[in-house]
Amino acid sequence: MIALLSRDLKLALRAGGGFGLGLAFFLIVTVMIPFSVGPQSSLLATIAPGVLWLGALLACLLSLDRLLALDWEDGSLDLLATAPLPLEAVVSIKALAHWLTTGLPLVLAAPALGVLLNLPGPGYKWLVISLLLGTPALSVIGTFGAALTVGLKRGGLLLSLLVLPLYVPTLIFGAEVARRGAVGMDTHTPLLMLAGITAGAVALLPFASAAVLRVNLR
Amino acid sequence: MMPDLGKYGDTVMSAYGASILLLLLLVAFSLWRGRKVRAEMKTVEARLARNG
Amino acid sequence: MSFTDKANAVWQYANPKLFLTTTERVLPLFWIGAAACLAVGLIWGFFFTPDDYRQGATVKIIYLHVPAAMMAINIWVMMLVTSLVWLVRRHHVSALAARAAAPIGVVMTLIALATGAIWGQPMWGTWWAWDPRLTSFLILFLFYLGYIALWEAIDNPDTAADLTSVLCLVGSVFAILSRYAVNFWNQGLHQGASLSLDKEENVADVFWVPLLVCIAGFVLLFIALVLYRTGTEIRARRIKALLARERVGA
Repeated sequence: MIALLSRDLKLALRAGGGFGLGLAFFLIVTVMIPFSVGPQSSLLATIAPGVLWLGALLACLLSLDRLLALDWEDGSLDLLATAPLPLEAVVSIKALAHWLTTGLPLVLAAPALGVLLNLPGPGYKWLVISLLLGTPALSVIGTFGAALTVGLKRGGLLLSLLVLPLYVPTLIFGAEVARRGAVGMDTHTPLLMLAGITAGAVALLPFASAAVLRVNLR
Repeated sequence: MMPDLGKYGDTVMSAYGASILLLLLLVAFSLWRGRKVRAEMKTVEARLARNG
Repeated sequence: MSFTDKANAVWQYANPKLFLTTTERVLPLFWIGAAACLAVGLIWGFFFTPDDYRQGATVKIIYLHVPAAMMAINIWVMMLVTSLVWLVRRHHVSALAARAAAPIGVVMTLIALATGAIWGQPMWGTWWAWDPRLTSFLILFLFYLGYIALWEAIDNPDTAADLTSVLCLVGSVFAILSRYAVNFWNQGLHQGASLSLDKEENVADVFWVPLLVCIAGFVLLFIALVLYRTGTEIRARRIKALLARERVGA
């Protein structure tokens, strides 16, 4: 299992592996927000938590199709399916690798981007906490979507269409935590819901993802 | 005959119009595709009966 | 082997044939029943019911909005059940019924959205408002689209049936989660009265009976459409199989 994880991490981190693209996208989108809504600080401060959440979510989405496609193309996925490791574990490792190389960097970058959007002081902590709790769900759900579309030639757009509605609960509660935290309101309820969704997704979705992969590998 | 819809005439009529239109489109398209497929199946089965 | 023997071998299950012959007989009843109920219900509701004290004539929209909204959700539930039947028992007719039902669900959701938005316009002053109920239907619409898109994208019918079934399962869980999330998300905003006069509310008899007739009409229309469309899907699948054998030179 560790071997698989380190292999995926190495693949993602080497040149051409796409590491950093998610971060770059996150940065670019954040920069474009004031261009589209205007530079008034008060407006930016209000929308900052939500917009940063959306930017992080989209950055996660964009790196999903590489998740399984490369292994599918060169046949490693078939090998992994026949390996002694259960496919559910393989899929979980892939999601973990995705989170470590995409989600986690986004979480760490978010405060810096919050500065660009005049995120209010108390908001930083809550933005980071909500993203930390929410991005694993994004990775796990995204892995499910990637498994569904792994054989398809132009699967990228379809992947987005399938995954974005599944992201809605995490986005709603995650952004709610960030928004409430930014204005000093109580964040307990959305935080619990967010954590619950992530926990459930991480525990249960790998079974669905593995089932779907088995179908596609037939 | 037509009930007095008051100031809501446009509202109610557009709601009814849109809904009925959508239903008619759905039924029409379903029937059209259904006829097409049924005809194609007759053709294919006939061809295979001749050749098989 | 003669052609008829080969043809019968292509029918992998007795089910599709039995399905087609049975539905051929009952379909006309459902079409006529649907038309009758819809005509009676809508005409009665539109021409012969009074206005609502608060909402005026717009209350007449319930005769389309409520049945459509109910169907939008019930059709997804039907797809969930037929997907499970496919996954467990591998009845092709079940998988194809889910595929056939989805576009009907889309249209019902669209009608629910359109009538809901139009109904809300006098109340909210805008053509669209992020009312929790409308928003939930919008999300449901997206789930339907994804489901249909996945069916269209995959070539192999069995693979498509499997993948879309799992998507329907997972999607259902997230659709329910979204419902709660959206309610939570919009609870703080004062949007004014949300769409009332729901089927759960205290609806006076004078509105209730024509509404029931309309609901019955929508249900019968759905049954007619899904039986007919499933027949189309069964035939389309058979054509594909026959053409494949033809190419192989069977």
